[in-house]
Amino acid sequence: MTAPLIEGRGLTLSYGSERVLDQVSLSIQAGEIMTLIGPNGAGKSTLVKTLLGLQKPDSGDVIRKNGLRIGYVPQKLAIDQVLPMTVKRFLTLTRAAARSACEMVLGQVGAAHVIDAQMSSLSGGESQRVMLARALLLRPELLVLDEPTQGVDVSGQAELYRLIDDIRAELNCAVLMISHDLHLVMAKTDKVVCFNRHVCCSGIPDTVRQHPEYRSLFGVREADAIGIYTHEHDHEHDLSGHVVGDCGHDHSHDHGHSHHHHDHQKQEAETTK
Amino acid sequence: MMDDFLFRAVTGGVLLACVCGPFGAFIVWRRMAFFGDMLAHSALLGVALGLLIGVDVRLGMIATCLASALILAIGQRQSRIGSDTVLGMLAHSTLALGMVALAFVQGVAVDIMAYLFGDILAVNVTDIWILAAGGAFAIAVLIWMWRPLLAVTVSPEIAAAESIPVERLRLIFMLLMALVIGMAIKIVGVLLITALLIVPAASARFFARTPEQMAIGAAVFGVASVMAGIALSWHVDTPAGPSIVISAAGLFVLSSIVMMGLRRN
Repeated sequence: MTAPLIEGRGLTLSYGSERVLDQVSLSIQAGEIMTLIGPNGAGKSTLVKTLLGLQKPDSGDVIRKNGLRIGYVPQKLAIDQVLPMTVKRFLTLTRAAARSACEMVLGQVGAAHVIDAQMSSLSGGESQRVMLARALLLRPELLVLDEPTQGVDVSGQAELYRLIDDIRAELNCAVLMISHDLHLVMAKTDKVVCFNRHVCCSGIPDTVRQHPEYRSLFGVREADAIGIYTHEHDHEHDLSGHVVGDCGHDHSHDHGHSHHHHDHQKQEAETTK
Repeated sequence: MMDDFLFRAVTGGVLLACVCGPFGAFIVWRRMAFFGDMLAHSALLGVALGLLIGVDVRLGMIATCLASALILAIGQRQSRIGSDTVLGMLAHSTLALGMVALAFVQGVAVDIMAYLFGDILAVNVTDIWILAAGGAFAIAVLIWMWRPLLAVTVSPEIAAAESIPVERLRLIFMLLMALVIGMAIKIVGVLLITALLIVPAASARFFARTPEQMAIGAAVFGVASVMAGIALSWHVDTPAGPSIVISAAGLFVLSSIVMMGLRRN
């Protein structure tokens, strides 16, 4: 196996007394699609920011391949009204590019019409498309997406995931993605990492789906929704809540996993108010 | 024939406005107006120190501005006290310290008003050379780091993910700002320099579609404000520094009215 593009070893981070990352080790190989899933407040964004070097861990190391080109699509980009910025100018934010190149990538993401629009006038979906176009222009080896479909309606979400898939096919880059849209994500991804301050379980979608910690984290109904894209499983056997084998660390402390799911829904309801 | 002092005033003012344009745009985008204000306040301490130690006052002002910027850059690393509080503390304690230190300066009658509101009509040839050299340097560095600094302004996270040295650029920008403000005080004074930085940039915002247009537009509005202010001062015998700021504010009001008219059509 070749050296990973990026690797986190034993990443630990606390905000005050709250431990957000607990001995997290994770690596992404070239060309791999990895999806991070987990409830709100699980520290997914923090983990990604730590891997990208935007956040310094209290302990642990991040090892990047030398000269790694990363395209980062943040959860949400709010460009202030005080800063005039056309889409064309935004595409060339970190690196210069000709107008024709900008037109091409915008065409690829289906947003050619906004090239001269102001960034602040774009809708949520358009804004995400423009950020994807910028990532395309950079031709990264690793594309990092933090909940790329936030603020996009349901039909737009499927479309966005299709786009991300197309981009990956074209650039042959690795993708690290945080997502809430379990059923949309799982079908495409090589490796799912179920994350709640530590790596609960990881593996190909099928493995993760059967993992009890995953199931208790998301609740049985949500977890089963993923089954739509693959063959049906009989899940009755692993609802006990005990953690099996491949997790690699102690789970004897009580997570109260069945509550996570409810908290998660409650939090979401609150944030949408 | 134009009087010599008027020619020097216009030259100095125009030079300063050209430098202040792009810097003002960044100050508006990065919401650093209060930071500029704080630097200006600290310059008065530089005047006192210059007189006490016996070095050129201009040098003293630039040096204290740079030192304050550095202290602030370090102060902002901690998060227990909000950065606006740190700014406020620094601004007023350096100002107070400056006033107290001035009281110790023996035998020199310091014209505080000249430092608070500037004295553009007293600009001499050395002032212009300092302004030209320092301004050219500041603008050259700003152009050199324009794209990455703008990326940091739009999104520090995107910039950092793409290996742009965010903290270093922030620090360089703060130091450049300190240099510009240190040079500007002789012309528009401690209390008015922030206005010359942000008001033309705010006017330019109405007409700009890209950051670059706004930066150049800010310089144009700044030059117009300086000319109008000096003309006002010449004809009606008003104090020059405040007249420049009034002109800038007037241009802003005019721009917003023009813009409202354009929107309606």
